[in-house]
Amino acid sequence: MNNRDQRQLCTFFVDGIHFGLDVLSVQEVLKYQRMTRVPLAPKSVSGLINLRGQIVTAIDLRTRLGLPPRQGERLPINVVVRTEEGAVSLLVDEIGDVLDATSSDFEAPPQTVPTASRALLQGVYKFESRLLLVLDTKRVLAEGRDEEPLHS
Amino acid sequence: MDEIVRDFLVESHEGLDKLDRDFVELEKNPDDAPRLNDIFRCIHTIKGTCGFLGLGKLESVAHAGESLLSRMRDGSLKLNPEITSALLSLVDAVRAIMGNIESSDGASEGDADYTALIAKLQRLMEGAAKPAAPPPPDGPMPEVMVPVYSAANVPAPAPPAPAPVVAPAPAIAAPPPAPAPPEVPRHPQGGGAPEPHQESAVSESSIRVDVGLLDKLMNLVGELVLARNQVLQVSSRQGDTALTASMQRLNLIVTELQESVMKTRMQPIGNVWSKFPRITRDLALAVGKQVRIEMEGKETELDKTIIEAIKDPLTHIVRNSIDHGVEGPEERIAAKKSPEGCLSLRAYHEGGQVNIEITDDGRGIDPARVLAKAVQKGLVTPEVAARMSEREVVGLIFLPGFSTAEKVTNISGRGVGMDVVRSNIERIGGMVDIQNRVGRGTTIKIKIPLTLAIIPALVVTTSGDRYALPQASLLELVRLEGDAVRRNIEFVQGAPVYRLRGNLLPLVYLSQALGVPATVPGDHDEVVVNIVVVEADGRSFGLVVDTINDTEEIVVKPLGKQLKGLNVYAGATIMGDGQVALILDVLGLAVRAGVLTGGRVRNAVEAAQGAVQPSAQRHSMLLFTVGGSRRIAMPLTTVARLEEFRSAQVELAGGAEVVQYRGRLLPLLPLSNLLGGHAPERRPEDPLQVVVYSANGSSVGLVVDEIVDIIEDSFVIHRARSRGILAGSAVIQEKVTDILDIPGAISAAGLTLFEENAEREVPS
Repeated sequence: MNNRDQRQLCTFFVDGIHFGLDVLSVQEVLKYQRMTRVPLAPKSVSGLINLRGQIVTAIDLRTRLGLPPRQGERLPINVVVRTEEGAVSLLVDEIGDVLDATSSDFEAPPQTVPTASRALLQGVYKFESRLLLVLDTKRVLAEGRDEEPLHS
Repeated sequence: MDEIVRDFLVESHEGLDKLDRDFVELEKNPDDAPRLNDIFRCIHTIKGTCGFLGLGKLESVAHAGESLLSRMRDGSLKLNPEITSALLSLVDAVRAIMGNIESSDGASEGDADYTALIAKLQRLMEGAAKPAAPPPPDGPMPEVMVPVYSAANVPAPAPPAPAPVVAPAPAIAAPPPAPAPPEVPRHPQGGGAPEPHQESAVSESSIRVDVGLLDKLMNLVGELVLARNQVLQVSSRQGDTALTASMQRLNLIVTELQESVMKTRMQPIGNVWSKFPRITRDLALAVGKQVRIEMEGKETELDKTIIEAIKDPLTHIVRNSIDHGVEGPEERIAAKKSPEGCLSLRAYHEGGQVNIEITDDGRGIDPARVLAKAVQKGLVTPEVAARMSEREVVGLIFLPGFSTAEKVTNISGRGVGMDVVRSNIERIGGMVDIQNRVGRGTTIKIKIPLTLAIIPALVVTTSGDRYALPQASLLELVRLEGDAVRRNIEFVQGAPVYRLRGNLLPLVYLSQALGVPATVPGDHDEVVVNIVVVEADGRSFGLVVDTINDTEEIVVKPLGKQLKGLNVYAGATIMGDGQVALILDVLGLAVRAGVLTGGRVRNAVEAAQGAVQPSAQRHSMLLFTVGGSRRIAMPLTTVARLEEFRSAQVELAGGAEVVQYRGRLLPLLPLSNLLGGHAPERRPEDPLQVVVYSANGSSVGLVVDEIVDIIEDSFVIHRARSRGILAGSAVIQEKVTDILDIPGAISAAGLTLFEENAEREVPS
């Protein structure tokens, strides 16, 4: 098996679902940071955080994926991803392990996944114990602008 | 050495290094038009500048190269190895001459003879079709450029003295004792000539630092400030005097560091402008004109990157203004102007942007000539041209390859210029606009976002969030307490207003405008209303906030692309405590709150591309109603003034309604008579809304029911079939609106005073 078939995924949980991102696209993982809310912004934008002098937009993956809002006291965790236009933070519930995945275990997202979130997925890795959904970062971040603003 | 020469050398060295790379790339991909353009511009700039500096030899060499490149650019010549080699020798020759200038302290360009190279470039230009001689196999290397960099010469600029790197000054003050005369040994062949990589003494005097690194430094310093604040708190709790003393020192150093790092990025625009008086003088002399230059706002600070980016565009504009804009003394006298033309440069911060205006009082841009040229050059088809407005026509000068100069001069007229200006300004997110007054001059207005600039801002709090308001849009602060709140805030049909010195100031509650829940004052809280009076687009309004905190210098940072669409924010900044605060865009806020209607041109591309797609353009229109509810619009540019008369003021003269206006009779044209619909009953005490239209020294007052709004928006005008009272109609603010054809309306009303001139009257 060569390296091309293998990739490392940074994994995390949102609403009990196991998600993954290519580890190379993840800049860092941070505990919850105080945020400045952005009125009139698309509702998936939770706010702005100060990442060592850089202003980073935080996107709530729950809202973005159409999942129910976060309950209770638990604060979300920032998964900061690199993009061509600078860093963006994805808010997740809990961080998981970095997992090695092989392409033979990879499949396109099943049809049963709701359409809204299916468009944001690259595909699914079938692990023995469970499934890992791989997010398409570009789509997760790009389509944010098409959303209706919350207050208009 | 003259500072201007030194600047030229430093810049040109950079340009030449890039040229080497570009040529090599171009050879790989000869159809890379943008790269060819880059090369051309670089040589063009060098040639242009040395023209001013009186460097004749360098100019003649560069001119030959430029002419050859010009042929390649318009496609009549294809790149081949022979041309590449010749052009590379050109680069080397230019470098060699610059080396001489540098080592002779600006006194001499050296004695080397470049006629062979120039002849070769000319031969290549005149036709690759008839190769004069079989091309030499390994590329022709003219002897000329080689000797300067012969091995003997190489060590010269590096004096043996162990000059410390940190003390670069002496390099200029005392040039190396023996800069070997460049023309000493003539080497037979250039194969072994080392790459001319000896760093020039000039460029050593300053270090060029990657702006990205400065950005990083600035961010790090910001972090350091935050860390210091935290440590400060801990140390004050500890009560250890030694620690506190050290902390205070640390404190001072960090503050100073922060200031210095910020300063590294900021420069007054005067740094760029300082070149212009001389350029103006030399150029004016060269073209036989008299031009005076005026500058205002020299101290306006701009970010380093922005300064760099606007340097060339500004120079181009200044040159263009003198060469094309300002007329010769005779022509000026004939046009009843002072023989001395005036070129004025103005820079100022406005609405969170830096504005730079270059105004000349010359002949302006002749739209007819521009159009003819554009059609001739195939930039627009005659069909498109026929439909273009004057504004769009003037915008054509931003197209690449456009030039109206009849003959190619040394100064301008090669079609390099305005396209470069636009692309450079747009690269930093700015926009360029031309205000053209035919016969009276041209103003080129550059708006640059302050993305990187540091601006003073007022920090306010609303609903628990802090926002920064750029000081530039601030007029005053008003604080109302207790009873004054009830007494002074009134409502006009539900819209809150405040009487500010007798004028009604519309109020906008920030929380409402942003759609966040307002803070509910506690029972014991004193009722306080804080009004920040701001101005957007010439109209002021009051922004009501919970608390006014303080003014601060803030560093503007851009928002991520997810938030780009929100025009109520100009960016974000990091406050002293490390939290992010949004920067409000007063104009966007005003539009959102309905204080102003319509958008604004955010982008020069749109304006300029309007020329290519004339379907939906931006128009500034005055909206009013006539005959009850009929919505009519007319171009704002045709409106001289808006006036309100009492009906009692209307008198009759020769059977027509007139009012006495500014010592003259203003004929009134009630539009409701022309357009039908029922005119509202007029009582003598009722005000009469009049739009004054002026052309060729005469005026007419268009009587309308009500002025609705002034908008700037893009919409498609569906042209009327025949010329009449209406020019067409359009959907404006989601309502069908007729566009008034004023000359048509005037003649339809039987008013004769404009019949002669109305057809020619073009709103500018």
